[in-house]
Amino acid sequence: MSMFKIFDISGSAVSSQSQRLNTVASNLANVDTVAGPDGKAYKAREVTFQTVLMNTPDGVPGAGVKVSGVSENQAPGRKVHDPANPSADADGYVTYSNVNAVDEMVNMISASRSYQNNIEVMNTAKTLLMKTLQMGQG
Amino acid sequence: MNRMTNSLDFQAQALTLRAERQRIIAGNIANADTPGYVARDMDFASALREATGNQAAGTMMTGQMGTAPGQIPIGTGSTAELGLKYAAPSQTNLDSNTVDMDRERASFVENSVKYEATLRFINYDVRNMLDSMKSPSQG
Repeated sequence: MSMFKIFDISGSAVSSQSQRLNTVASNLANVDTVAGPDGKAYKAREVTFQTVLMNTPDGVPGAGVKVSGVSENQAPGRKVHDPANPSADADGYVTYSNVNAVDEMVNMISASRSYQNNIEVMNTAKTLLMKTLQMGQG
Repeated sequence: MNRMTNSLDFQAQALTLRAERQRIIAGNIANADTPGYVARDMDFASALREATGNQAAGTMMTGQMGTAPGQIPIGTGSTAELGLKYAAPSQTNLDSNTVDMDRERASFVENSVKYEATLRFINYDVRNMLDSMKSPSQG
């Protein structure tokens, strides 16, 4: 029954999207992080998705998703002139993380929409399978 | 007896193909954010014609023949047996992903309604068969 594979396919998408939401959460949490004593501030992280083929009994592979990697944004951190700050460097600049809050919000909305879409796909598949179970009774 | 189960066989094939298509569309929706993913879809009419060996499909299905607009036929291969095609992108995307979420969702709902319809046909067939086996005194 190839419909059962839908739960694998959509399930892989849901877990990938939730991993994306996780990175968005840590990025947003670190939006105001300043550089520590080593001079390195938090770098924004981003997940990349990749299609993974799932074998089915009838031979036509289903297309799931996996997170192929988490990359760090290498853009320089935001610099603010604040000589009174204890984390300021010799010139009086404080280096913040390079997280762009607007980008992260957009990412968050996109991830949650995709998450919802896949949940809906699974719900529909479940309803159809339940009706298939009752085949011949009605 | 063969005549009684002919329609049932046809509907069973249709149901299997509908389930197959549901899975393909689920894969498209799952990969809506995957860079470089190419959306695929099934030419249902020709897949059904192929699965039922041209017999019933010609008379029972009066749908459109060949490729629907928005579908590009792909050459012979393992996927061609199922009538799998690549969906033409309606808008270009920077990450070359060709999933059109609006279309996929519409196809998904359409396919699930038709799946249920096929299920209902099967149920009616079964009930018809059971009814015709009853003796007149049974009511």
